[in-house]
Amino acid sequence: MLNNSNKLKVSVSPHLVNKRLLTPQIMWLVTLSLLPAGVASVFIFGLRSLWVILVGCISAALIEAVIQKLRGQKVTISDGSAVMTGLLLAYNLPSGVPLWLVVVGCFVAIAIAKQAFGGLGRNIFNPALVGRVFLLSAWPTYMTTFIKPFDTITQATPLALMKQEKISNLSEAGINYMDLLIGNRGGCIGEVCIIALILGAIYLFYKKIITWHIPLTYLVTVGIFSWIFGLKSALFSGDFIFHILSGGLILGAFFMATDYVTSPLTQKGQIIFGIGCGLLTCVIRFWGGYPEGVSYAILMMNMIVPLIDRWVKPKRYGVK
Amino acid sequence: MRKLVDEFKKGILEENPIFFLVLGLCPALAVSNSLNNALGMGLAATFVLVFSNSIISLIRKFIPDKIRIPCFIVVIATFVTIVELIMKAYFPVLNKSLGIFIPLIVVNCIILGRAEAFASRNGLFVSIADGLGMGIGFTVALMTIAGIRELLGNGTLFGLKVFVGFEPALTFALAPGALLVLGLLIGGIRWIKSLR
Repeated sequence: MLNNSNKLKVSVSPHLVNKRLLTPQIMWLVTLSLLPAGVASVFIFGLRSLWVILVGCISAALIEAVIQKLRGQKVTISDGSAVMTGLLLAYNLPSGVPLWLVVVGCFVAIAIAKQAFGGLGRNIFNPALVGRVFLLSAWPTYMTTFIKPFDTITQATPLALMKQEKISNLSEAGINYMDLLIGNRGGCIGEVCIIALILGAIYLFYKKIITWHIPLTYLVTVGIFSWIFGLKSALFSGDFIFHILSGGLILGAFFMATDYVTSPLTQKGQIIFGIGCGLLTCVIRFWGGYPEGVSYAILMMNMIVPLIDRWVKPKRYGVK
Repeated sequence: MRKLVDEFKKGILEENPIFFLVLGLCPALAVSNSLNNALGMGLAATFVLVFSNSIISLIRKFIPDKIRIPCFIVVIATFVTIVELIMKAYFPVLNKSLGIFIPLIVVNCIILGRAEAFASRNGLFVSIADGLGMGIGFTVALMTIAGIRELLGNGTLFGLKVFVGFEPALTFALAPGALLVLGLLIGGIRWIKSLR
């Protein structure tokens, strides 16, 4: 009888099925799922990357607390969203950056991209990516000086070498697919170790925090596009595995394009979003001015999320 | 006299063309990368604004209503040409760095807007006061943006080094910095106003 009375219960939306999975839990679970990549980066780039990560998390939380205090709001750093932004921003930086750069990036991410728009849930752009793009345009030298793994000398990323047409395929860079998977290549802190990122992503899929719609369409679009146009000399012969595994694509597709606040609400919209991200990433990589386009692609698609949402708005039941 | 002062003051503060009317953003974004450029642009626009306002106010009774905009443009373009020739003759460096934006003062929204909304309906002296106030307000706004951008993007003020050991953030010297600073300034000023 109790069941029957429950079935007829009428309540106001949102109709939460799992009441325990609230915003703080989701944020901390995503942060947890990002940890393997951080641990891997400490192995690959040394303790230096640990400092960058710690400074990122702590300064992001502090800046959020100070701003919320100034605005006379409740301080909500315990929900983990600021820490996650700081963590993601740190993952998007080379391990050799000065620590003040991390703090400035966190300030831009939290103060301008998030709090100036009204705080969590109201930001149009992914805060961590805004921070990264700001730093990239402000101090390009620091942001494009990558440390060689297990070493202290600098090294260009495979994508940058390909952009400058110094190499035409992976073996000329002296690495193979396995190196890309375990993270033996120049790159940002959190993007190099693909295996660790995939582990975290599987955990998020298992916890049903992210769905396949954005990451899969994103990766497949990049795969198809780079297979067709990846090689300058001939169509349909690009090295699509290289393009999927290199740069920040895996990190971006699983952890940043899927951000709840800045991605479309419906599944159809998410598929459009993923395809758009994939196309823009490839266009920037092949014909743009930068070797890597994941962050710009996601930010540009963030911009048109409201339009996508309006376009694919589900029909109300009973209304023509 | 009271009215003159009021018309003069409103352009600087509560009706500032950049921060409150949000007009003339094209030059405000494009030439606010250094204080020298901003000052040059602001003074050039103020000169044009004052003289176009006074001439239009004088001939407002003879201008047929249907072709008033072309008439305004002819008057404005005359003074812009004067400014351009003076700049080319006496400030060639400034002229070079401002480039196309000096001739573009002709289509500046503030100048045409003041001609249409104010000078064509008011007498000579209030129109001059209005033009002067708006021009100074424009210059002040432009120099505020340019000061922030030059300091953060280049580490200098009027081309003089301010900090030692400061690594300038290139973004502020480039186009995104202009949009960022302008947006934050407009938001910040309205926020401070709302607190009162």
